[in-house]
Amino acid sequence: MYPSRFSYEAPDTVEEAIELLRRGQGEAKVLAGGQSLLPMMKLRFASPGTLIDINNIPGLDYHRADSDGTYRIGALCRHAQLEKSPDLAASQPTMAAAAHTVADPIVRNRGTLVGSICHADPQGDWASVMISLGASVVAKGPTGVRSVAVADFVSGPFQTVLASDELAVEAVVPAPVGVRAGGYLKLERRVGDFATAGVAVSVEFSGSSVARAGIGLTGVGSSTINAAEAAAALVGGSLSETDIAAAAELAAAASRPRSDHRGSESYKRHIVATFVSRILTSLQLSTQEVA
Amino acid sequence: MTSLFSEVTPEAANEVAVKRITVGINGNKRTVDVEPRLLLAHLIRQGFKLTGTHTGCDTTNCGACTVLFDGVPAKSCTVLAVQANGHEVTTVEGLASASELHPVQEGFKDEHGLQCGFCTPGMMLTAKALLDENPDPTEDEVRWALSGNLCRCTGYQNIVKAVLGAAAKLREQNGAS
Repeated sequence: MYPSRFSYEAPDTVEEAIELLRRGQGEAKVLAGGQSLLPMMKLRFASPGTLIDINNIPGLDYHRADSDGTYRIGALCRHAQLEKSPDLAASQPTMAAAAHTVADPIVRNRGTLVGSICHADPQGDWASVMISLGASVVAKGPTGVRSVAVADFVSGPFQTVLASDELAVEAVVPAPVGVRAGGYLKLERRVGDFATAGVAVSVEFSGSSVARAGIGLTGVGSSTINAAEAAAALVGGSLSETDIAAAAELAAAASRPRSDHRGSESYKRHIVATFVSRILTSLQLSTQEVA
Repeated sequence: MTSLFSEVTPEAANEVAVKRITVGINGNKRTVDVEPRLLLAHLIRQGFKLTGTHTGCDTTNCGACTVLFDGVPAKSCTVLAVQANGHEVTTVEGLASASELHPVQEGFKDEHGLQCGFCTPGMMLTAKALLDENPDPTEDEVRWALSGNLCRCTGYQNIVKAVLGAAAKLREQNGAS
């Protein structure tokens, strides 16, 4: 299978890439890892006139914490870099739990976190994780830079609010209010398959009480779901069984799954509730151990 | 310059600029003109005539087309040939020396790590990259590393044994040298 014809540009700077996007007038697509874009082009679901390969732009492959705890992931940071990072789990437990569940090991060598968010596949893992963390995407365009919360960035299935002349240069996870904890659970039929359902939960503790919480749902709606009400049920409490049950029920209610070959609607809702409760119970146990 | 592979570079393609690229393939630098939409897997197979790289699913699932891209496993059906410009690509043909099989190849031979052999080149390259990074993997680590390469014959048991055997052999060689 071949993609339809396109012209290919490989700029060396972000500015050049943005200029090429501007000239592309909506017909240009950015190529980072290409692990979703190229298959879509081969299947002719996408046929951009121009591909702008950003892999030659130096300095975009980072993931690092600022001194205040803000975490930044550059546009060329591959899933495998996150998966193999020895200190990610300490500062970003939800990300560390998700990194090894994305696709398969070979795809993770090339695919990128920022690319996954921009692809906005409702079954993509990273958008849920980033929503649970209250993260944003930094978009650079001809007129300047703006930062958009991932929850608002993803506007529908395979749709984002990124303008056709903007390049997503990094994802930014804000510094935690207190101590960050979290997890990601994904049910897949086999390794490398898309999620039947996936749940990302991030919690920030101030002492033993929850100062901030976020829950993102993968693969149970026409786009990534921000289960804000479920997360709000946790804030101010200390992950009591009642709070966990309430959050699980609200998350299941927020999901909008469809019955398909991966499972029925009610089964998927049940998975969402179970995963929310499982992650939160494990956090409750680990905080008890610390105390 | 004649077209490398006529199916993707017919005369009508002239509207899209052909790109000149230089690719390191198993240690040899090759300079070729390619249409941007040519996939790395097809450059390797039809362009360089290295047919050890197999294309299976063509949809980024099976891993049969796995090559090492600067030493890191990549599915060559999901990389454009132009993206390999200035990079080193290793295919299964680059594993053995003129006189000797690579220990990973020895391992597959010794442990009967293949039946039909279609997935084997990809399996071996992924295994080589694993052993380069982790010379003494556990069985779980081998299974995890190979989870992006599908085999429909063996049930994986002998493939895992082959990789563990190759690891032991490599450690012995490196310890002895």
